[in-house]
Amino acid sequence: MSEEGTRVSRRKLFGLAGAGVALAGAGAAAGIGIDKATSGNAEASVTTVDFHGEHQAGIVTPAQANLHFAALDVTTKDREKLRQLLKTWTDAARRMTAGQEVVPNGAVGSGDYAPPGDTGEALDLPASHLTLTIGFGPSLFDGRFGLAGKRPPQLIDLPLFPKDKLDPARGGGDLCIQACADDPQVAVHAVRNLVRLGFGVTEVRWSQLGFGRSSSTSREQQTPRNLFGFKDGTNNIKSEDTDFLRDQVWATAADGQAWMAGGSYLVARRIRMHIETWDRETLDGQQQIVGRTKGTGAPLGQTAEFDELDLDVGGAGGEPLIPADAHVRLASHQALNGVRILRRGYNFVDGSDGVGHLEAGLFFLAFNRDTRKQYVPMQQALSSKDAMMEYVQHTGSAHFAVPPGVSRTGYWGEGLFA
Amino acid sequence: MSVRKSPRTPLAVVAGAAALVALTACDSQGSTGNETAAAGGPIKVEATDTACTVSATTAGAGNVTFEITNKGTKVTEFYLYAEGDRIVGEVENIAPGLNRRLIVEVADAGKYQTACKPGMAGDGIRGEFTVTGGAAKQGDANAQKAQATKSYAGYVANNTAALEEETGKFVDLVKAGKVDEAKAAYARTRTYYERIEPVAEKFGDLDPAIDVREADLEPGQQFTGFHRLEKDLFVSGLQADSPQIADKLLTDVKDLVAKSKTFELTALDLANGAKGLLDEVATGKITGEEETFSHTDLWDFQANVDGSKGAITSLRPLLQERDAALVSTLDKEFANVQGLLDKTRAGEGFKLYNELSQDQVKEFASAVDALSEPLSKVAEVVSK
Repeated sequence: MSEEGTRVSRRKLFGLAGAGVALAGAGAAAGIGIDKATSGNAEASVTTVDFHGEHQAGIVTPAQANLHFAALDVTTKDREKLRQLLKTWTDAARRMTAGQEVVPNGAVGSGDYAPPGDTGEALDLPASHLTLTIGFGPSLFDGRFGLAGKRPPQLIDLPLFPKDKLDPARGGGDLCIQACADDPQVAVHAVRNLVRLGFGVTEVRWSQLGFGRSSSTSREQQTPRNLFGFKDGTNNIKSEDTDFLRDQVWATAADGQAWMAGGSYLVARRIRMHIETWDRETLDGQQQIVGRTKGTGAPLGQTAEFDELDLDVGGAGGEPLIPADAHVRLASHQALNGVRILRRGYNFVDGSDGVGHLEAGLFFLAFNRDTRKQYVPMQQALSSKDAMMEYVQHTGSAHFAVPPGVSRTGYWGEGLFA
Repeated sequence: MSVRKSPRTPLAVVAGAAALVALTACDSQGSTGNETAAAGGPIKVEATDTACTVSATTAGAGNVTFEITNKGTKVTEFYLYAEGDRIVGEVENIAPGLNRRLIVEVADAGKYQTACKPGMAGDGIRGEFTVTGGAAKQGDANAQKAQATKSYAGYVANNTAALEEETGKFVDLVKAGKVDEAKAAYARTRTYYERIEPVAEKFGDLDPAIDVREADLEPGQQFTGFHRLEKDLFVSGLQADSPQIADKLLTDVKDLVAKSKTFELTALDLANGAKGLLDEVATGKITGEEETFSHTDLWDFQANVDGSKGAITSLRPLLQERDAALVSTLDKEFANVQGLLDKTRAGEGFKLYNELSQDQVKEFASAVDALSEPLSKVAEVVSK
């Protein structure tokens, strides 16, 4: 740890001049720069993700390995306090995503008789690609803060889907913070410090740790596997798919609320997986349920992972090779009139369930332009028909409007309070 | 619980069905998955409105890949037929200008036919196709398997007969407004359904109508069947439409019973059904979700175990010969689960599920896991 406890910002702007996410060319996909910097006398290689830009980071940013997601409720009735907190949070997020402490010299330089201004557990750690992404839940627009007229029509209260078994303690929220980083400690540090700054204005409603990103959001990344052992996200929207992003992820002013232009809508679902019964299913059975082969991830009837699904291929007796109730069929854009979503989920194991099993599953996160037309019809089809529903149960659910990105002088959600 | 377990494509080892398994089925060994489909690469098929030109008319047994290009003006289909027009593989909806691929696993040497169907109708433009080499035909001459399915068919027939009879009595009680007697008959009646659930689930529309849980209803789906009457009897009191719901239940049950008589199960279905019934217990009964109004989950639990045991009993001679150790493990674990169930007996039936302590629930879960693991190995032994 360096003597003065100060960590210099090692972010280089990478020539994006505030344009944020430049979707031209892999690598630059989310404004990632790799800097060589000297801190103390050891040379460190640090990666930061630019906090500023047209869109918030943490959406098309190549998915980091770890997640800490927190949903919060606003406890104050004072609109101005909430607005000030968003400013405070934005400043803290600017610093933390750049690899700095929450406040300069906060961990050890606040004086011996004051609690440290930074909790300290990320002191010697690099920025670790930390991204912080904020969202506003439907309940924030209930009238407490004069925001009822600002609620976007896309920000619906999610319907109850067939077979949902929702735990109220794991759902909803006035606000959310999604922290993603290469190092779980960095993500937790970020959420913890924002929560700390919010006492008196906000409190945590629920939170979720996730590991092993279960989706790839860039062609640079290998498709990861979920806890069923299958590649997940082969067909995901990638940061290089600029047309899909424009049409299916980013909101525009014309969509209904001008303050949301450049934003998106985040659906969070905590999906418990019954991994023990899944593990007793035969390989053939597992592949029939998913609609892909377990080894390469190729769709049934095809040879390689990225081969296009062909839903019209039949095998013996003309039975479709990808069964009528296979997960990939029901979730495919071919079956949903071209609808796609950008998935950014994580695996979780939250201890055990008290009756001898691991409390494991997928924390599903998805960004889309209009949840009413994209996520909802997709999930209705899956909840009703997906063979995989025998092995999964949705236990938590939340929906957030994710405002656009922040300029160098702006703050999170400023358009909402304009 | 009504869970749709669609009949999965049988494995290639069953009944000589050349089930199409994707190329990479052996990939669990970690191969690259880059096997070529056939020595000479894909066979090109040029489809027009009037012709179906196939670049090769012979292939070695194994995976054969066709690359179909539609150069016509009509949407077309491509088929590979075995003798008697049995479909070996097909690809539909090939729009003009599109390229599509069909990979088929052809195990048996012999005469086949290719066909393009411009306009997706008729017998198509046929061509002869010969497959050489290949394995000897896997006959289904396994008398033990035939004996197993026959024996299980008997078990199913006994239970469906009882189901129809008991449902009739139960429905009469509901319609007569005899709530207490109907409540007493409810769990007993369901026993016969829960025993044969793997068979019931083969009927995708009837199973939900009979056995859907309120929590699983889809938008616009009417709440009918056993659990709707369960709610009426145990929670909300009989409703104006309870008699109609009861009538429909009996109609659906009769329909199911009639259909089950003509339904053929394979030995592999038995193995998967035995495992599936215990999965039901693990995910539905252990949590007390199935009988959320009446808390009669233990009756269902016992019935699922009975049904699982029934399937294993039918397979027993075959399993004994192929894997005697597995049979003794299954015996031991079935006995363990049964011992726990016996401890919860009360009067004619069982304790209510909400009377169990968390420790008892955990004990059940552990015993079910211990039984389910060896049960999950039965399918492979049967499929050899």
